[in-house]
Amino acid sequence: MSCEPWQCAEIAATKKANPIQKPEIAVAMMQKAARPIIIAGSNLTERFMEGRPAIDFIIELAKASKIPVVATAHMVGEFVKRGYHPAAFMNAMAIGQRVVDPTWMGLDGKGHPDLVIMVGMPYYMQALILSGLKHFAPTLKTMTLDNMYHVHASWSFPNASLEVWATNLKVMTTTFGGN
Amino acid sequence: MTTKNVHIKIDEMKTNNGLVKNLELSIGKVINENYNEPMGPTPMPSVTALRDWDLKLLNKYKAFYMPDCDSCCLCTFGKCDLTAGRRGACGLNIEAQSSRIVTIACSIGAACHSAHSRHLVHHLIEKYGRRYPLDVGGLNIKVEAPITRLVTGIKPETLGDLDDVLAYVEEQITQVLAAAHTGQEANSTDFSSKSLHVGMCDHIGMEVGDIAQISAFNYPKADPEAPLVKLGIGSVDRTKPVIMCIGHNVVPSIGIIDYAKEQKVDDSIEVVGLCCTAHDITRYYTRARIVGPISWELRFIRAGLADIVVLDEQCVRTDVADEAAKVGSPVIAASEKNCVGFKNRTNDSTDAIVDDLVSGRVAGVLILNPDKVGEVAVRVAMKVAPIRKHKNVLPTVDEVVAFAKTCTLCNQCQRNCPQDYAIPAAMKAAATGDISKLTELYEVCIGCGRCEQVCPQKIVIHSLIIKAGEKAMYSEDNLCRSGRGAVSDVEIRSVGGPIVLGEIPGIIAMVGCSNYPKGGKDVYDIAREFASRRYIVVVSGCSAMAAGSYRNSDGQTLYEEFPGGFEAGGVLNVGSCVANSHIAGAAIKVANIFAKRNLRGNYEEIADYIHNRLGAVGLAWGAYSQKAAAIAAGFWRLGVPVVVGPHGSKYRHALMGRKDNPENWNVIDARTGETVNGGPAPEHLFSVMETKEECIVQMSKLVIRPNDTWKGRAGKLSHYIDLHKRYMGVMPDDIHLFIRTPADIPITMKDEIQKILTERNWKETTIPDPTLLPRMVRKMKE
Repeated sequence: MSCEPWQCAEIAATKKANPIQKPEIAVAMMQKAARPIIIAGSNLTERFMEGRPAIDFIIELAKASKIPVVATAHMVGEFVKRGYHPAAFMNAMAIGQRVVDPTWMGLDGKGHPDLVIMVGMPYYMQALILSGLKHFAPTLKTMTLDNMYHVHASWSFPNASLEVWATNLKVMTTTFGGN
Repeated sequence: MTTKNVHIKIDEMKTNNGLVKNLELSIGKVINENYNEPMGPTPMPSVTALRDWDLKLLNKYKAFYMPDCDSCCLCTFGKCDLTAGRRGACGLNIEAQSSRIVTIACSIGAACHSAHSRHLVHHLIEKYGRRYPLDVGGLNIKVEAPITRLVTGIKPETLGDLDDVLAYVEEQITQVLAAAHTGQEANSTDFSSKSLHVGMCDHIGMEVGDIAQISAFNYPKADPEAPLVKLGIGSVDRTKPVIMCIGHNVVPSIGIIDYAKEQKVDDSIEVVGLCCTAHDITRYYTRARIVGPISWELRFIRAGLADIVVLDEQCVRTDVADEAAKVGSPVIAASEKNCVGFKNRTNDSTDAIVDDLVSGRVAGVLILNPDKVGEVAVRVAMKVAPIRKHKNVLPTVDEVVAFAKTCTLCNQCQRNCPQDYAIPAAMKAAATGDISKLTELYEVCIGCGRCEQVCPQKIVIHSLIIKAGEKAMYSEDNLCRSGRGAVSDVEIRSVGGPIVLGEIPGIIAMVGCSNYPKGGKDVYDIAREFASRRYIVVVSGCSAMAAGSYRNSDGQTLYEEFPGGFEAGGVLNVGSCVANSHIAGAAIKVANIFAKRNLRGNYEEIADYIHNRLGAVGLAWGAYSQKAAAIAAGFWRLGVPVVVGPHGSKYRHALMGRKDNPENWNVIDARTGETVNGGPAPEHLFSVMETKEECIVQMSKLVIRPNDTWKGRAGKLSHYIDLHKRYMGVMPDDIHLFIRTPADIPITMKDEIQKILTERNWKETTIPDPTLLPRMVRKMKE
């Protein structure tokens, strides 16, 4: 499991993500956060594990963790047709812009998120948004759930196979008490 | 307009008053005031003259920066780590540094277009003289250079007049670029303002280039029925010698066409173009072929189709000479900007150059005389073709399988692919004899070749992909409408009202490059979606090629299916990169011709009009270049929203409004002077879309403007809601923000929307006469 950026040229970072060595550690950090959100991108219907699209795994995790989901791109319809209603849907840059605004009171108007968990966008795009959050929301923690190491996050899983990715997401879901 | 450098010399003149001998009179400039439109407040604006306008836009659409790099390495104090609030040795922070990089990129882009235009103007003046008249549309166009008139206050009438215009542009680009030096501009928003300034200059530079070449080369002149020309590798007659012209500056290609015609061999050869040169050669010579965008360079050369390669400038792969050498194709570099390391043979005899290239004694030459390029290219192609016999470097299918068997599935190809394509999976299948996954990659591959650069097994992956897609490649035989140039004044008069009042739902301008996340088909799909809904769809450059590369169920390309006029449901190809100026020009002309706003040196008022009233949005789905950045910045300053595909995130920032902040959307009602809420219209100035589906929906929303009539707003909302439901799968969550009065509600959706309005505690507002400029208020509030 490598901790080099998945897209090899994306190395221009002096502050690099801490690798998440076990899914239980990710769960612990998510549980520790007071106001986490998951931002879910368009690749979730294009990447498959164990014959199922990644979005199915994320829905199970979101249900188990009760962490609100922001669907980017056109993903809201994909969530809804699977019986899951995300807390919000908006453009990926638009949610990034809100998160770097310290006065933004979150999806429910009750407070700014303290942990942003990203998954499933085109790699380079997610990398750049994470860079924006790293630089302009310095007190915020960020995490990625992909099987691709994201250098600009606070915490990222290392590069890993689809099998490992599936296992990680399932372990996280069961740790949260889901199936 | 103005005439420069008048010199009068009188040796002897007898008058009633006496004898004058040896009189010499020199005048720097004669002002010819036959342009009687009153001058506005900002002719030839300096870097800061329009800063207040910029700040209005940049406060409304705040930048969200996404640094591509944590450090700055532009000076020897560095590298400086600017992470999360740290400042560099010069004091700059990451926000300003990110904005600075955008300014530099826009300056490069503007310099590129303007230097191209400078070369064209120099060349054409040398050939036709300074007094050669400009004519971009005969009697159908009185406003021949709307951007130039708007910004500089100059009404150019001859090629010589364009000199002054370019001098202004060149100075401004230099001033802006200077501001990016270490220890100059300190503020991110001011860098953004400078980006807008240089973007505006870029539009002038493009306009100068295109009106010069339209006039001198007699391209189609605002012609909705400009000829349909052949597009695609399959359209090339491979039995003839093939001359492949790559780049954006048509001058050497015209040398080729003229020579071939003079020698009456034009029917015996194929002249084909890649990138914008392709558009411009077909505007000059309809028998030329458009091969495709920059992405097609490697596939065309490796397939052995080029008997000689002629390079001009911009978007030319810098390894073309190496690639051409592998297939025995000689190369002519024909631009000072791209000498490729070749010996300058401009002053050598043509016979000697031809002999050297045909014999293979030299792989390429630099020739800076377009007429000589023409003669050499034609003669060499005709002699080399029977020798080369389409020598290519594509493997056989058996070799593809053999190569694939050596793949170790290390994933380096995928990890270096800009699109993150699953190349290892395709290689794994190919190793079993199934090349279908490689064929699928051909359809979406952007042809950069990065996969090959990192393969530890030295597998020529891109050649494998080309071979697997060979059948598809040779079936690419489509049609593109030749670049028509400007939009005529007559067309503006016809549709200006319906556009501004919202009855034509909007103008969708699809421009720019081919860094598509999933192939060019997305461009076709987007264009067809909007044309079918009777938006006006304007295309240019590589997007115009992608739009023409697919067919509907009746076998028609977009250009056959839809009319070429600036009208509801029209699909117009304006032409090459520099022809993008006509898109901005059309917007400006709506304000000038339809709304009768003064144009001359009146930038703020016109931009304010466009921003608040004209439902136009630009899309660069595959934008990759600095030129695309400059084009976008020029549109931002006009207040026209621009959308880019996911790779556009690498432009390091977005300029976005916040629909959750009502105060973001205050406008002044010019009738009363009152501040009113105009709604999030347009919501963003520069936004990045992740998928085609999201893009279509967003663009249908971004054409909404504060002054839409209720009928126009209802029509726009009808499209927005319908597209949202279709592509996003749900009702929009912001519909209440766009309904001002019950009459805005689309009639067929009344019950559904009324329920939402009740839930949202919606309140009726007025439709303003919107402006961001206090001076436009007709009656100030008491």
